[in-house]
Amino acid sequence: MHLEEFAEGDSFFHKLDPRIKFLTITPSVCIIAIMKSIETSLIALLLCFVSVAFAKISFKKLFLRLLSVNLFILLLWIFLPFSFTGEAIFDVGPYSATKEGIYKASLITLKSNAIVIITITFLGTSQIFSLAHALIDLKVPKKLVLLFFFFYRYIAVIHDEYIRMKKALLIRNFKPSSNLHTYKTLAYSIGMLIIKSFDRSQRIYNAMLCRGFKNNFPIMSHFQIRSSDITFGIIILLIVSLLIVFDYG
Amino acid sequence: MDNNTILLIKNLSFSYPGGRKIFKELNFSLKRGDKIGLVGANGSGKTTLFYLIMGLLKTDRGEIYIFNKRRVQERDFFEVRQKIGLMFQDSDDQLFCPTVEEDIAFGPLNLGKSRQEVDQIVEETCQSLGISNLRKRITYKLSGGEKRLISFATLVAMRPQCLLLDEPTAGLDEETTYRLLEYLRNRFDTYIIVSHDQAFLNQTIKETYYLKDGNIFKI
Repeated sequence: MHLEEFAEGDSFFHKLDPRIKFLTITPSVCIIAIMKSIETSLIALLLCFVSVAFAKISFKKLFLRLLSVNLFILLLWIFLPFSFTGEAIFDVGPYSATKEGIYKASLITLKSNAIVIITITFLGTSQIFSLAHALIDLKVPKKLVLLFFFFYRYIAVIHDEYIRMKKALLIRNFKPSSNLHTYKTLAYSIGMLIIKSFDRSQRIYNAMLCRGFKNNFPIMSHFQIRSSDITFGIIILLIVSLLIVFDYG
Repeated sequence: MDNNTILLIKNLSFSYPGGRKIFKELNFSLKRGDKIGLVGANGSGKTTLFYLIMGLLKTDRGEIYIFNKRRVQERDFFEVRQKIGLMFQDSDDQLFCPTVEEDIAFGPLNLGKSRQEVDQIVEETCQSLGISNLRKRITYKLSGGEKRLISFATLVAMRPQCLLLDEPTAGLDEETTYRLLEYLRNRFDTYIIVSHDQAFLNQTIKETYYLKDGNIFKI
């Protein structure tokens, strides 16, 4: 698994100062989350797609990620339309889908897609080290940053172990089917996966200790804010304010 | 104990929780200028000994003195880790930054060096090991041998006085092994090497110690 696949690139977004990214994405996400009207949510989603073009991210990879988000949203579409009272549109058995319910479900769909997309274009285009460093620079409590960093680090570690184990199973001709042998093997694998990942993360931590790690995040090239970063920040904040005005207007 | 003693281990006992005894009353010392090869059967405790010296594992009984100071608690080992460099058996455990240069810079930055100094150290380290072409590469996409060499670079970037190398030549081709060999011979006078590569040991070490049944013997 390549978690930082969007971080490799040379677009405008890749060059932005990560601190500006955090300062702009936080209000943007909050505003999108509290939007009330479907029109402004739609505009927000379109603007997010514009940012994808600026970040030069492959649409195919982006859609693959969005697919997993929308699987969850699909579940909402099963229940939400039937759980609001209002103007009935159609009936399924004793339950009727209301206009209000469908409106709510569409709103959530638009907003969550918009939020996921800007998170990818804004934060996904920076390396994890830069993000951690930017958070510390912005005076976010160090413990939270460490938690975020190691959480991220160890997802990759667990996945690495999983890949190794899968290879080990494959070279010994393991074919899953529905019998006790398969279940036993899978249970062993999951158990080993957890133990091995734990051990491995411990060894990585040891390696960090050996090199004088004291819960600080050093970074090679320190950020330097440029005028383009500031201009970008102002433009985003302007767009966000306009969106609020439209939404409440 | 004098100023030339880097490491002194007295009556060390250690066993893993619920496991067998790895060391029983082990005694060992390392002086400046010692070039030691450490051999022993698989599972005889070579890596464990390195971990105990670096304070990554805690002793059951016995005393460890490093640079004339008894080391017991975690913070006693901060100084040890700056001055003694441990190369892990598995390079994947050692490299964790996205790019090679950041990984090399991690140690010196932790030591509180300025950015210019760190830049210089990274430059010098890459030059002297002949890995300048790998500087900007992503660490987990390197080949096994390249990872090994970068792991070594991350150690020497901290300017340690003594090295503990766990299977340094595993997976290295002849040319890279030679580069490592030359570097060791020219720049370090004190180290312990665990290796099954007899040819490499013959060219680097002066004495051989043997780990067996929880104790260490000079050959």
